Amino acid sequence: MRRLGWLNVPMWLTYAFLYTPIIVLVVMSFNASKTPYTWTGFSFKWYGELVSDELIRQGFINTMIVAVGTTVIATILGTLLAIGINRYFRSAWLEAYSLTPAIIPDLALAIGLLAFFTLVGVTLGLHTVLLAHVVFGMAFVAAVVLARLGHTDPSLEEASRDLGAGPVSTFLRITVPSLMPAIVAGALLVFTLSLDEFVIAFFTDGPATPTLPIVIYSMVRFGVTPEINALAALLLLVSFTVVISAQRITRLTDSL
Amino acid sequence: MTDTRPPILRLSGLSKRFGETVALDDVSLDIEQNEFFALLGPSGCGKTTLLRSIAGFEDPDTGTMAMPAETGEIDLASLPPERRPINLMFQSYALFPHMSVERNVAYGLERERLPKSEVRERVGQVLETVGLTGKAKARPAQLSGGQRQRVALARAIVKRPRMLLLDEPLSALDRKVRAEMQLELKRLQHEVGITFVVVTHDQEEAMSMADRIAVMSNGRVEQVDGPIDLYQRPRTTFVADFIGSSNAFEGEISAGGVQVAGVGELPGHRPWPVDTDAATLIVRPEDIRLASPPEGLLEGTVLDIQFYGGSSTLAVSIDQHPAPVLVTTHGAAAVRRGDRVHLTWSADRAVVLGRSA
Amino acid sequence: MSTPTRDAGRGASGRRALVGRAVFAGPGLLYVTLFMTVPLLIVASYAFLKRGRFGGVQAEFSLDAFSKALDSVYLSILGNSVLIAAITTALALLLGYPTAYAIARLPRQWRTVALVLVVLPFWSNFLIRTYAWIVLLNSEGPINSALVGMGILGTPLDLLYNRGAVVVGLLYAYLPLVILPVYAAIERLDPQLQEAARNLGATKARTFLDVTLPLTLPGAMIGAIFVFVPSLGNFVVPELLGGGKTEMIGNLIRDQFLVARNWPFGAVLALSMVAFLVLLFAAQAIVARRINGGGSRA
Repeated sequence: MRRLGWLNVPMWLTYAFLYTPIIVLVVMSFNASKTPYTWTGFSFKWYGELVSDELIRQGFINTMIVAVGTTVIATILGTLLAIGINRYFRSAWLEAYSLTPAIIPDLALAIGLLAFFTLVGVTLGLHTVLLAHVVFGMAFVAAVVLARLGHTDPSLEEASRDLGAGPVSTFLRITVPSLMPAIVAGALLVFTLSLDEFVIAFFTDGPATPTLPIVIYSMVRFGVTPEINALAALLLLVSFTVVISAQRITRLTDSL
Repeated sequence: MTDTRPPILRLSGLSKRFGETVALDDVSLDIEQNEFFALLGPSGCGKTTLLRSIAGFEDPDTGTMAMPAETGEIDLASLPPERRPINLMFQSYALFPHMSVERNVAYGLERERLPKSEVRERVGQVLETVGLTGKAKARPAQLSGGQRQRVALARAIVKRPRMLLLDEPLSALDRKVRAEMQLELKRLQHEVGITFVVVTHDQEEAMSMADRIAVMSNGRVEQVDGPIDLYQRPRTTFVADFIGSSNAFEGEISAGGVQVAGVGELPGHRPWPVDTDAATLIVRPEDIRLASPPEGLLEGTVLDIQFYGGSSTLAVSIDQHPAPVLVTTHGAAAVRRGDRVHLTWSADRAVVLGRSA
Repeated sequence: MSTPTRDAGRGASGRRALVGRAVFAGPGLLYVTLFMTVPLLIVASYAFLKRGRFGGVQAEFSLDAFSKALDSVYLSILGNSVLIAAITTALALLLGYPTAYAIARLPRQWRTVALVLVVLPFWSNFLIRTYAWIVLLNSEGPINSALVGMGILGTPLDLLYNRGAVVVGLLYAYLPLVILPVYAAIERLDPQLQEAARNLGATKARTFLDVTLPLTLPGAMIGAIFVFVPSLGNFVVPELLGGGKTEMIGNLIRDQFLVARNWPFGAVLALSMVAFLVLLFAAQAIVARRINGGGSRA
């Protein structure tokens, strides 16, 4: 049961499969040549072009607006929801219900929201994307916080009340701080999710304010350009940093 | 109980380290056929490692484990776990949750590729032996702790192994069930005629069930003996302390026993250790009695009395001696806290052990 | 997820519980209901309405959309989608299960690193990751260049713009989602169960088949669902890597809502996707109950 060396082969294959495209992209983002398949030298020029591209800049700003807004709202709603379910409901069905937005296929959610907004008569724009992102963002935060709540000791709060602190005070001084790692991790995850989210944004965004993924989509449809490689490398860097920070803060994988 | 056949398992020089920790230190033991053997010791003493080595889940670094076979002896280390004629009853029972009681018990027989009819028959028999015939179709999750243990037992016995290893079989049970199970296990061992090797940290369990006990500490075997000899003739201070309670007096060997500073000569029975003058005298609380002044070996004040119904234990503070001496008397004590008492015992009830200064 | 000991004597009194529920869970639940349940119900209702003249819907009951969905053209697209999703899922399990097993056997400190490394690509931009495969599989891309350059091939392979490329793209997108649940299931397995099987005479292979596999099956099924359903609904990968020759349900749905404007039809397709999800989850729950044995913990 110990020396099954061949078992490691699929594992290494998996890592090779997952990381080869990423490495290729990053390497090529430094390729001075315009045609991506011939290497003519090391260069930062595509990163330069990236920054000066107006469309990409706009997309980035739009995405940031949505991502930050989503993170704030989703974190608050999600945390409260998790506490509410864990403390006052204790129903498996309700838990499943509040986590459903994270599991529902994004296409279904996207067209649902499109239909909904159309019916209600709201013009599409960044605000509708934000509303959409909060729905599943909240579910993610709730999931992370719920997992953490499962490991916390409720008698801490009782001790606080016993020592004279009122409910609000206990909440702010005891409950929230003990949940902080999970809340922060959840916030980071929502931020990354919103940053990269394409499908739902595609259906709920207005034509005048594309988010970065939407910009990327149109760029990619028209073919391979070196700018995209640079953008890809940058986005990868951001995502990786965020996820690793979230992992360090909460040691997410320990709950597995 | 006494078998003239060769030992069923002969362990020689087993050692094993896990990194810095020494789990087994040159362990050598013989386990006789058909006996109820116990490995006893505190946690971390190596008894579980020894058990798992015999079963095949750990590989000792050095040493051999030999079992007699038709063609001489086989070294267990040459066999993978599934081919050793030994079965293990896990502490957590390890019942397969996705199989019924029946299928759990039949599993081992199926691996032997026996005809289905024979499997069914033997499973039925063993379930009857452990009293679980009615639960054959149930799943482990639906059984109580005691029932699950009996399934684990049945699953191991049905293969008729030459030796059955039991890892802390009674630790998960509550007191009343535990007492019943102790009798059950003894009865079963006699009835089925297999050698049982039990691992436990509870000396009362070991003493009440086993024919012979190996007391272990820090990876070494301290003493292997029957319960009575272990109790009355401990050969190391660890054994004396671990089995039952004892009073220890440190000093030098003298004419009649051990000379203890500030107290005088305390009598013990021969033989005395030969290679050292430093010695410890061990005497059990129930062997000490209250005496009238001329007879007394020790003099002191009663610190505390604990009444247990059938007996009482006195803690007596002895002048010139650091630790209180424990004395056990029948029924309620005739003295009170603060009383001045004299203690005595006969030489043949005290053991003298060598001490590495 | 709620610890059982909490229930003992902690029932908040009626009013306090009500306030607690309203204040904490209220906003979240309302939000989810308003922005997920209601929209989904709206879409569900559209499936039964008539197509609007200028797109959207008319408030008139009709089963046109359903009959259109049963048209052989669309059924073949559905079949194609299911096939591709199934192949992707099979490959994901083939690669992901052993990987999860290998990770579970690593020393403790390495396991976290290994898991994070698996999950990391998943958190990066999905379009970028798909785009990376366009680059890789292109006839002038690194793979073909290497093969031609080393003389193994005369002309480059047609790696891109076919079903194979779509499978690769989908596999790349969702592989991490298989590994996590399978890993969790393997980690929770009591190693003594495997030892018990060995002790009773089972070889390593037998032990795997009789103990490890059945007991990790519920987790593996969750992983499979996490790959299968999103693969069905994905339209980006078929579009970018399939070269317009491979149409899947996802593309179809997107077209109905944004191009062809046949919303009822799109709604039916979307419903069928959600129906798939529900059915698969139900199947998984049934298998999980059977494996873990019925009855209360005594």
